[in-house]
Amino acid sequence: MRPITLQRLLLQCGILALVLFAVVVVALKLGAVPVSLYGLGRDLLSVLLRQTSQLSSDYGMIVIEIRLPRILLAIVVGASLSVAGTSFQALLRNPLADPYVLGVSMGAALGAILALIAEPHLALPAWLAALFTPLGAFLGAAATIAAVYLLGRREGQIDSATLLLAGIISSSFLSAIIMFLLTTLTGRDFRGMAFWLMGDLSSSLQSSLRWVLVIGFLVATGAIYTTAADLNLLLAGEKEAMHLGVDVRRVRLVVYIAASILTGLAVSVSGAIGYVGLLVPHVMRLLFGSDHRILLPTAAFGGAIAVVIADTLARTVVAPSELPVGAMTALVGAPLFIYLLRRRMA
Amino acid sequence: MSSPAQSWSAWPNLGDAPRAGSDVRLSVEQVSYAYSANPSQAPLFTLEANSFQSRPGEIVAILGPNASGKSTLLKLIAGALAPLSGRVLLDGFVTHTLAPRARAQRIAMVQQETPLLFPARAWEFVLQGRHPYGRSLRFENEDDVLIARNALAQVGADHLSDRWMNEISGGERQRVVLARALCQQPLLLLLDEPTLHLDIGAQVDLLATLRRLAAENRYTVVVVTHELNLAAEYADQVVLLQKGKSLRVGSPASVYQRDLLEEVFHARLTVEQGSNGRPRVNLLPTS
Repeated sequence: MRPITLQRLLLQCGILALVLFAVVVVALKLGAVPVSLYGLGRDLLSVLLRQTSQLSSDYGMIVIEIRLPRILLAIVVGASLSVAGTSFQALLRNPLADPYVLGVSMGAALGAILALIAEPHLALPAWLAALFTPLGAFLGAAATIAAVYLLGRREGQIDSATLLLAGIISSSFLSAIIMFLLTTLTGRDFRGMAFWLMGDLSSSLQSSLRWVLVIGFLVATGAIYTTAADLNLLLAGEKEAMHLGVDVRRVRLVVYIAASILTGLAVSVSGAIGYVGLLVPHVMRLLFGSDHRILLPTAAFGGAIAVVIADTLARTVVAPSELPVGAMTALVGAPLFIYLLRRRMA
Repeated sequence: MSSPAQSWSAWPNLGDAPRAGSDVRLSVEQVSYAYSANPSQAPLFTLEANSFQSRPGEIVAILGPNASGKSTLLKLIAGALAPLSGRVLLDGFVTHTLAPRARAQRIAMVQQETPLLFPARAWEFVLQGRHPYGRSLRFENEDDVLIARNALAQVGADHLSDRWMNEISGGERQRVVLARALCQQPLLLLLDEPTLHLDIGAQVDLLATLRRLAAENRYTVVVVTHELNLAAEYADQVVLLQKGKSLRVGSPASVYQRDLLEEVFHARLTVEQGSNGRPRVNLLPTS
């Protein structure tokens, strides 16, 4: 008997944090413009010491002003998607659930686009304007997951295959609506939008949106983490969980809202990056076990690592041109999804 | 039989629930229920008023054919359903108004299992029984581990501790599930057809274990079962249901009457007294 301890959790998270750090350093170095590790270290140090005006070279500016914010964005987006995926898998009792596969990402994208269209017509105060797109994405995500949940039920029970099918159909329906909106929208950068839909981390964010993203991530992930022990039992079935003292309704509501927030935030800043929420939790379960008290934090780190790597590949393999990061994750994710699906059906 | 004080000494951290002596612990008072697809329509199934009482250390068997309301009655006792009328009292508390955690500290339910989505080891599964005692962000401590070890030992499953749940036999799994229920340190242990899918040896084993646990830990045990002879052998009280009606409540000897059982179960049978004073049912072939 080897129950989970806080020490074990901290050790595992520490190891993953080191891996993440190493990946970030490599990601800062790689790119269309080569940078030496030495120069990189000196530049990072000068930024930390708040002497940003004394960067050693022009390259330093590229690294600090362009690559670093993008990597930080990849970290938060990856962690959000991975925690959202872990939560959806527990909530729906389906190991193949993921914001992208369930159509939730497309719902969030549609919500974000509707918010973008509506915003100029509404005289919104500045603080609300910054929140408006993520809010639209959150509502889109929440509505989609509710619809998919209702469509995925058969005789009062969630049916695994029906649920996935409902998600895939919703996803294609929603992307059709998005395409319709995008083509009828004049004056918008259609190619940029299409790129964003595939999952793209290259757009720079307003600083207010950065704070919304970081705070939203911390609050939503924290809220889900308070239900970590309950989620372990919920996986055994709602009735069993109830008899073991889980307030099933409360847990479901908290996780549903928080996972929708995470998906909405990630999609509103980076589009629909698929499969991160599906694959990372699976890998973390293989490495660290399926207890959510360990799985949720390790999945957050794992998602961050995965998306930083995927984005680095996306901007280097065809440099100086770029791929959408969602294309990278789909290239790896889709075959693995098929593999998991077939193993499950067998 | 060991005295309660002796057996309890092996259990640290008894919790706040009072352990009564020989008083009535479970009191089912005129409890009824109605299932309906839609509130405006007539109910699809009605469970008529049911009453019985049970003391610590007693085993109550709920018997009846399919769709007689056995599981519904068990859910009402567990507090998982709110009764249409009447109430279920456990040491003076109305079970369905207890908060989920408080209820899980008093009532443990062993259900027909749902498959696990991700593999778990037996000890991980048993430790889940400590959930009602933990705060949401707490990790299990040494007391929890000790309680889980004791629970596994009490059901004779210590050797299964490190095995995967999906790789052990049905009878072994039932023991682990029972150990998880013991980890909740309940006053009331409820079992919904626990002998289903078990071979005959494992069935007798399970009931004998329940008998011993009820005596040692002073649980009140309520078990829903189809096994007439197992119930006759191990139960102190039998509740016989048919189509939502409670036909008889009493000792197996008083409930097991040939005419009654033949009518309820639609089968030809004989009832004889065993040497231990408990009735025994023999099914007769239909010619």
